[in-house]
Amino acid sequence: MSDLPLRSQLAVALGRTAARMSRLAGKGDGSVIGGRIGLRLDPELLTRLAKDRKLVLVSATNGKTTTTRLITSAMAPLGEIATNAFGANMPTGHVSALASAPGARYGVLECDEKYVPMVLKETGANVVALMNLSRDQMDRAAEIWLLAGKWRRALEASPQSHVIANCDDPLVTWGAATAKSVTWVAAGQHWREDSWCCPECGGPLDRQGGEEDSDWRCRQCHFARPRPDWVLRGDTVVAPDGRAVPLAQLQLPGRANRSNAAMALAVVAQFGVPPEQALPALAQVKSVAGRYTTVEAQGRELRLLLSKNPAGWLEAFDVLAPAPGPVALSINAQGPDGRDTSWLWDVDYRILRGRPVWATGERRVDLAARLEAADVAFTLVDDIEQAVTAVPPGRLDVIANYTAFQDIRTRYGRAL
Amino acid sequence: MPSDRLKIVWIYPDLLSTYGDQGNTIVLERRAALRGVPTETVHLRSDEPVPPDGDLYLLGGGEDRPQILAAQRLRADGGLAEAARRNAVIFAVCAGYQILGHEFGGEEGQPLPGLGLLDIRSGRGQQRAVGEVVGDVAAELNVPRITGFENHQGVTTIGPNARPLAKVVAGVGNGDGQGFEGAYAGHTLGTYMHGPALVRNPGLADLLLTWAVGMELPQLPPSWSERLREERLNAALAPR
Repeated sequence: MSDLPLRSQLAVALGRTAARMSRLAGKGDGSVIGGRIGLRLDPELLTRLAKDRKLVLVSATNGKTTTTRLITSAMAPLGEIATNAFGANMPTGHVSALASAPGARYGVLECDEKYVPMVLKETGANVVALMNLSRDQMDRAAEIWLLAGKWRRALEASPQSHVIANCDDPLVTWGAATAKSVTWVAAGQHWREDSWCCPECGGPLDRQGGEEDSDWRCRQCHFARPRPDWVLRGDTVVAPDGRAVPLAQLQLPGRANRSNAAMALAVVAQFGVPPEQALPALAQVKSVAGRYTTVEAQGRELRLLLSKNPAGWLEAFDVLAPAPGPVALSINAQGPDGRDTSWLWDVDYRILRGRPVWATGERRVDLAARLEAADVAFTLVDDIEQAVTAVPPGRLDVIANYTAFQDIRTRYGRAL
Repeated sequence: MPSDRLKIVWIYPDLLSTYGDQGNTIVLERRAALRGVPTETVHLRSDEPVPPDGDLYLLGGGEDRPQILAAQRLRADGGLAEAARRNAVIFAVCAGYQILGHEFGGEEGQPLPGLGLLDIRSGRGQQRAVGEVVGDVAAELNVPRITGFENHQGVTTIGPNARPLAKVVAGVGNGDGQGFEGAYAGHTLGTYMHGPALVRNPGLADLLLTWAVGMELPQLPPSWSERLREERLNAALAPR
C-alpha cells in the first residue's frame, strides 16, 4: 500500500472517508461510493491496488456471493484476505475491498458477469472461477451467449490466469475454453433451458445420464464436455486424486450450495489448501449476506431465500421445508431486480400446489396472474407481516427477489 | 381446427425462448380449456420438422445468434410457410416477429433473409427500446388497448400487404417513425411486446383462439390477468 503513488494514496483515503460518511448516513456499507470517488481521482487505482496480490475472481449468474464467502473462509489460514463480502461486485466495489485491506496478500473478489473482461484486464487475476450462466434480468443484463463470447476473448488475452470452471454448464465451458489452463469441475447444472444448443456452432447438444456428472456433446461439431478434474456426486465431491470429500456437514442447504462448495474446494486447492482442511471452514458458513438466515418474528421462524431468476427459483424450491410447509413469495421490479417480470413465466410454480402460499411485493399482481395460471391456490397480502401473522406459529419459508429480499431484511432488523 | 383438439406448436423453445415466452402457450392452453376446448402443445426443438397440422404456431424472442439460426432452419424446413398458406394462426413476438418478415438485422446489423410470411422489413436502430409499451389496436380486430414490455433494438417498417397491429400510446413499438406497434395480415400476427405478451392481453389471446377454432368463443369471467392489465396500463400512462 505504501508503494502506491501519492495520488493513489489520496484517492484511497478520500474514498474511505466518503464510504464512512455514506455508512453514517445509513446508505448501505459505503463501498460503492468510496470506490467511485477513488476511481475518479485515479482511474488506474484498481490495477495499482491489485499489484503484488494473489487474486481470485468469482463470477456466475447465481451463487457468486456465496461462493466468494466459501472461498474466503477456506483461505483464511493463508492470512488476511481482501474481499467484497456484501456483493458490491463491480470495479467500484473491488477498489473498496482492496483499499480497505492494504496488507492483505490475497484477494477474493465477486465479479459481475459483464465486468469479468475489464476486471481481468486491470487486475490480471491469478484465478478465475466461472460457475453458471442463465437468463437473468434481460432489461439490463447482457445476453448470455454474447457474454460468454466476451469471456473467451478476455481469457485468451490473459494467459497468466488459471480458470476453474463448471464443465456441466456448456455455455460456461465455451466461455472458459480459450484459457491457457483450466481446472474443470463437474459442479452440476439443473436449469438447462439456456443450454439446448451448442455455443460453438448452434447445433443440438446431446446429453447422457441424469442430473449429475452427465456427459454432453454437440451432434454437429467437435464441441463436447471436457473431462472433469473434480466431480460432485450427491453430497460427495471427488477430488482429482480420487479422494471422496463428504459435504454432509455443510450448513448451507441444497444442491446449489453443494455445487458452490465443490467450486470453492477446487479454487482453494489451487492455493495449496487441501479439501480436508478447507471443509471444516466451509461447514461453518451458516448464512451469506442474509441468504438462508432464519429470523424470529411473532413466534414464527422465517427462513429467507433469495431468488433473482428462474435458475435461482429452481434451487430455492430444492431447499423448501416439505409440503405442506407454508411459503411466502415477494416480488419487486425495481432497477436491481430488473423492471421486467416476464421471467416469472419461466418458473414452474406448480411445485407449490398443496401448500399454503402467500404472495406479496410491489409486483404481487404479476405473481398472482402467474400462480393462477399454474393452478396454485394463494392469498394476496399487502406486505410480508400479513403473511407472518396469518401462518400458524412455526416455520415459514420466504422466497424473494433482490429488493424484496432487502425490504424483508430491513423490516426484521437486518441483524442477520 | 380439423381434429378434436387444438394443436399448439411452440416453435423452437431451444432457440426462441428468452424470457418467459412459455407464458403464451400457458395462457392459450388455459383460456381454451376454460371453454371446454382441449389442447395439445408441441414443444418443437429446432432439429425437428415443423408439423404441418398445427392450428396455432408460436414464436418467441431470442438473442442475435439464435434468431439467425432459427430463421435459417425455418426457411430450410418450409413447414411454417405451408402453415401460413393454410391460414393457420401464427403469433410471434420480438425476434420471432422480425423473422416472419422479408428481412431482419443480423449480429452486425447486416440484412438477413426472413421467412417472408408477413410484409414487414426490420433492421437495427440506434437505440435499444426498453420499457412498457401501450398501443390502441386496429379497430377491425376488436381487441382492447394492449400493454406489454418491449426490449429490442429493431426498427420495423410495414409494407402494403400487412397492417399495423396497434397505434403506439406509450413506448416505441416498431420504431420507424410511423407510431405503430406490431403488424398482422390474415391470421399471422407479430408484436414487439416480448415474452409472455398474452398474459396481460387476454383480449389478444382470445382473438388468436377465435381465429384458430373458427368461431366466436364465450366470454370468460375476469382473471388476475385483467387486474394486471389495468395495473400496468395505469403504471405506463401515469404522468411522470
